[in-house]
Amino acid sequence: MTTPTYMDYSATTPVDKRVAEIMMKYLTMDGDFGNPASNSHYYGWQADEAVKKARKQVADLIGADPREIVWTSGATESDNLAIKGVAHFYKKKGNHIITLKTEHKAVLDTCRQLEREGFEVSYLDPMSNGLLDLSVLEAAIREDTILVSIMHVNNEIGVIQDIEAIGKLCRQHKVFFHVDGAQSAGKVPIDLSTLPVDLMSFCAHKIYGPKGIGVLYVRRKPRIRIEAQIHGGGHERGMRSGTLATHQIVGMGEAFALAQAEMDEENKRIKNLQERLLAGFIDMEEVQVNGDLEQRIPGNLNISFNYVEGESLMMAINDIAVSSGSACTSASLEPSYVLRALGLSDELAHSSIRFSIGRYTTEADIDKAITLVREKVEKLRDLSPLWDMFKEGVDLSKVEWAAH
Amino acid sequence: MAYGEKVLDHYENPRNVGVLDKDAKNVGTGMVGAPACGDVMRLQIQVDDNGVIEEAKFKTYGCGSAIASSSLLTEWVKGKTLDEAAQIKNVDIAEELALPPVKIHCSVLAEDAIKAAIEDIKNKA
Repeated sequence: MTTPTYMDYSATTPVDKRVAEIMMKYLTMDGDFGNPASNSHYYGWQADEAVKKARKQVADLIGADPREIVWTSGATESDNLAIKGVAHFYKKKGNHIITLKTEHKAVLDTCRQLEREGFEVSYLDPMSNGLLDLSVLEAAIREDTILVSIMHVNNEIGVIQDIEAIGKLCRQHKVFFHVDGAQSAGKVPIDLSTLPVDLMSFCAHKIYGPKGIGVLYVRRKPRIRIEAQIHGGGHERGMRSGTLATHQIVGMGEAFALAQAEMDEENKRIKNLQERLLAGFIDMEEVQVNGDLEQRIPGNLNISFNYVEGESLMMAINDIAVSSGSACTSASLEPSYVLRALGLSDELAHSSIRFSIGRYTTEADIDKAITLVREKVEKLRDLSPLWDMFKEGVDLSKVEWAAH
Repeated sequence: MAYGEKVLDHYENPRNVGVLDKDAKNVGTGMVGAPACGDVMRLQIQVDDNGVIEEAKFKTYGCGSAIASSSLLTEWVKGKTLDEAAQIKNVDIAEELALPPVKIHCSVLAEDAIKAAIEDIKNKA
């Protein structure tokens, strides 16, 4: 059986073989399997050394001090720790949190939980290109605002927020700033020694490291405090207890080191592939790119093929593995909330496909995707009553649909 | 989610795709669903002088299961009287295609489509 071509790098990436090889040295009896917290013997010291090295590797890619790195189980936990941690620690200072409607669920659902606990949350609308309008943010900041949480790179549409400008605004108003960087590390340069960011979430599995490991960056100067969400042995300076997963940690460290060494060249190569992919679609009728095309990571292309439903298109192009903004399988039948927040109509959101490409994508993969998609979109449009209506000049927004 | 064999067969080789003259007296058109929900089905049936469905065509915007449900429906209604066609139930379609629970609404839509087409033809008489 031949497996489909993988074009869903924003969902997760394969672990780089160089990373996997190093990880294997920290598991078995003949490797450094010790508990990094065992400070009384050789096995513990070896593991501790490995964790120290990885801490530095992660810190180096993002311009941080190794002491600002807190290991977690992934970006979801980091987001939870950052947002709940600040809210709980500073609740006497204020009760109000600001975020964006296009954030990942790890941020949105954490904010929802805090609302249940009595906090107030403002969910800002992005502009139609997916970016945050700074004046909208400034208008939303209040006396009692304690935290702003905005993602660096969006997982669905790949747009890059100007976190430097947002951070400056937060500093002016003395509000803490958390950034979800799950999709940006290794793709966009990040220098936390100069960026006005207080907390930033990362994970390994979006940049060729293993799943199940992440980091929360916690700034030391000016210092920010967070209340721990997981209690136990007081690991990670009390901010996150739990035995450190040495093999996962060295995997994340190596993945970040590789990203630092190879990011510039890799970005150039992937940008060429993205342009090739876009060029293959752009002359088609009724297609649109979702999200800003300039302020965007090279690995993402989110396109709506109007009048074709995304899930059926994915099924037709099952020789490439992509994802869709359509949510036909979900109970709600609601399409992507991210695309809806950009102001896309339901049908355009249902018609979207996210191509995300990366380290192992080739030109041949891109060409295969273009040929396949063009052929299947044409086939499905021949099947689509909406396409007929569009061709007859019917304005679909004026039709009264018998919704079910 | 993996698709069943019959869904895949109908999806890859849809039967009776097309359009009939919606203004003809012996043609009934049923258009159900909404783009906002991710599926729209247009089913058309044409009856002969004895009131038997002699032709059926469809076009569907929607997921693979929606396309397969409407394709199957066009096969089933041919040769049936309007009353017989009105007896087709969504559970029969769901069962035949082995639709998983999240896709049952596709078969409901197909049942709605044939009912709407029959009503249209009756209103013309």
